[in-house]
Amino acid sequence: MKSILPPLWATLIALAAASALIIAVGGGPLAVYRLLLAGTWGNGYGIGQVLFKTTPLIFTGLSVALALRAGLFNIGAEGQLTVGAFATAMVGLHCAHLPAVVAVPLALVAGALGGALVGAIAGALKAWRGAHEVINTIMLNFIVRAVMVGVGAHLFEREQIHTAPVAASAELPRLSRFIPGLHGSAANASLFIAVAVALAAWWLVERTRAGFRLRAVGASPDAAATSGISVPRVQFFALALSGAVAGLVGANFVLGYKHYYEDGFSGGIGYMGIAVAVLGRSRPLGVVLAALLFGTLSQGALAVNAVVPKELVDVMTAVIIFSVAAAAPSVRRRLEAAA
Amino acid sequence: MSEAATATASGGPPAEAIGCSHVWTRFGAVVANRDVSLSVMRGEVHAVIGENGAGKSTLMRALYGMHPPDAGEVRIGGEIIARPSVPAAIARKVGMVHQHFMLVPTLTAAENVVLGREPWRGPFVDLRRAEREIGELSERFGLRVEPRRLVSSLSVGEAQRVEIVKVLWRGADVLILDEPTAVLTPLEVGELFGVLRELVADGKTVVLVTHKLDEVLQLATRVTVMRRGEVVGSLDPRNTTAGELARTMVGRDLVAAPPRPIFAGESRERLRVEGLTVTRDDGTRALDDVSLSVRGGEILGVAGVEGNGQSELTLAIAGVIAQRSGRILVDGHDVSHDSVRARRDRGVAHVPEDRHARGVVLGFSIADNVRLGDDALDGAKLAKVTRSVIDRLDVRPPEPRATMATLSGGNQQKVVVGRELSREHGVLVCAQPTRGVDVGAIERIHAEIAHARVAGKAVLLVSADLDELFALADRIGVLFRGRVVGCVDNVPERRAELRGEIAALMLGAGT
Repeated sequence: MKSILPPLWATLIALAAASALIIAVGGGPLAVYRLLLAGTWGNGYGIGQVLFKTTPLIFTGLSVALALRAGLFNIGAEGQLTVGAFATAMVGLHCAHLPAVVAVPLALVAGALGGALVGAIAGALKAWRGAHEVINTIMLNFIVRAVMVGVGAHLFEREQIHTAPVAASAELPRLSRFIPGLHGSAANASLFIAVAVALAAWWLVERTRAGFRLRAVGASPDAAATSGISVPRVQFFALALSGAVAGLVGANFVLGYKHYYEDGFSGGIGYMGIAVAVLGRSRPLGVVLAALLFGTLSQGALAVNAVVPKELVDVMTAVIIFSVAAAAPSVRRRLEAAA
Repeated sequence: MSEAATATASGGPPAEAIGCSHVWTRFGAVVANRDVSLSVMRGEVHAVIGENGAGKSTLMRALYGMHPPDAGEVRIGGEIIARPSVPAAIARKVGMVHQHFMLVPTLTAAENVVLGREPWRGPFVDLRRAEREIGELSERFGLRVEPRRLVSSLSVGEAQRVEIVKVLWRGADVLILDEPTAVLTPLEVGELFGVLRELVADGKTVVLVTHKLDEVLQLATRVTVMRRGEVVGSLDPRNTTAGELARTMVGRDLVAAPPRPIFAGESRERLRVEGLTVTRDDGTRALDDVSLSVRGGEILGVAGVEGNGQSELTLAIAGVIAQRSGRILVDGHDVSHDSVRARRDRGVAHVPEDRHARGVVLGFSIADNVRLGDDALDGAKLAKVTRSVIDRLDVRPPEPRATMATLSGGNQQKVVVGRELSREHGVLVCAQPTRGVDVGAIERIHAEIAHARVAGKAVLLVSADLDELFALADRIGVLFRGRVVGCVDNVPERRAELRGEIAALMLGAGT
């Protein structure tokens, strides 16, 4: 119960701050919020778009959250998801002769492996060379960016910044195929994959021996080492796993939406994952809820654009992040006082 | 004590220096202070004693304004403090020396003393003036402090003196000391007591938190006993005995330690260390060619002044830190290059020195802390082992899901000891197992260590507390600068003689 209070407060503070801004630009806060809700949860298309924008945030949020539970700050989800999505697209491209039940998992595994590779590099540097993971992961983002420019030059369609489309058998169906109300939205079956990964992450962290080791290393590396847990190994696998989850983002954009990898498709989803993880208190369920909130805001920004600048919603998002970040030390202090 | 009494007499009619009435403090569901009232008179050395978790530190933090109570009043110099805070306490000349020092290691002693209240001369800190004033204070109270030494180069006792000087330099008339002797060597304890007597002779008031009864009897003019958050007695140490104090503190009679059976262990060697050398990060040798051997059913005590390699010895045997050279054998198997886990599987149980950093995960439940010992434990098996640890060592609260951070230090340590002993083991390595732990918990832990010995385990017991070593060990080795400089048989009849011998070895007399 206590753990959900700070995020709630953060959201309320953000609403208050946004209201003040809306008034400042000459709008009515209530009218804007009504518009925001109407444009998101008010109709089928809006709901579909919210779910579409929520899906990748669940992946990146889980990615950051898993690393955080091991005491590691993965800033590199952006680079990991880039490589993952690219791998998904490249494998999907060559699946024409395979049935969907093979092609889709294969493309997903490729995405996870691609992300895991990038995460594992940061993990290895951290675990066995002691290089700080924040630096490693940020630098890997730059490296991935640069490498993708070179790779794109060879593999993208002529005069385009995207790859050729994946085979039809590797595509994930849009949700509107089953729920006609969502017609026109990009929401697709990758949402279920994201929720399944969230459940798996919960099970892994809370219920398994590996998860126990992960939590122990995150809570106290010295105590973990003293009790015989190999801290470097856990850190390595945590970052590799974190990268793998980020690498699944391609399921949404590549397999479910555009069907190809496009340069710069992410638009910072990897960095948003940090906010999602922190707001979600690094708990899988919290991450899903936080992703829904940010997904709603992201779609809502477009809806209110007619009345107030859509950047206003970005400000709201930012205030939420600040509030949560500011709340964290006070929570820590309270814990320490109890100790 | 006589000085203290004189001070009270010469300080005019006794007036209250600091006190509180009906103080309540809760942490979640735990009541740390329950309707506590305390009154410390000017010129007193007022000892507050109690088991760990009795609420002593919480009460001191309430008095000092660090953690204002949920209900009740705090008084300083007779004035009721409406909003207790640390600045309010400092303004009323109250100072506190914490159990864990709050010094900046990269600054000098003088810089630490003036930190936050630097005397300025123009744009510069007037360090010369600070050093002069510190010198005067040191002189006056017999506090040996070298103002220009870096704090990182000071021993624990020296660092503590810097803390005391800091408090005095800020003009404190009332000094609150939280467990000041827990980390000191016997010699340093004696020096500290001298200083405290000087302070009281000068008209200062000392509030001393401790759980060592002999200190109370030596020094205090008044004793308040706390148990489970409440004040259960206020005694005059001149009219009381250690036994009575202990009874009041624990709430029952302590079982007298059974006479230690003469070593009748097996001749089988279970732990052998050969030529162990461990280097620190800076290349110096923390352990230098250390060899020792412990047989089944034997307790080898290791004495020494803190920082002479004891920590490294236990950590190296447990496999937490790597050795540079040398061999470690457990039941005849060379484990020198094995991981911590492999050594544990070989039968090495380890009670680490630094409970908070290495022994437990404070954010985990008791059950998860038990699981740290063997993470294959799960579900019903974990519940069963946890229950047996809690029952066997009388862990309070007896609630497997309680978060470790809410337990007192003594109870945390009971969990560590219980966890380690619940595993199959042949060698038990204990580092400072009863440091900062209350009498009741010490009794339990000592009984467990003695039991391991009788059960044929090889026990390596590192302790700064000579009495603990005398009570438990068969032999006592002394470490000095990373070397074993001597080893004596613990013969009860020669105790006084041995004490002198060991004390001398600890200071390097054997080299």
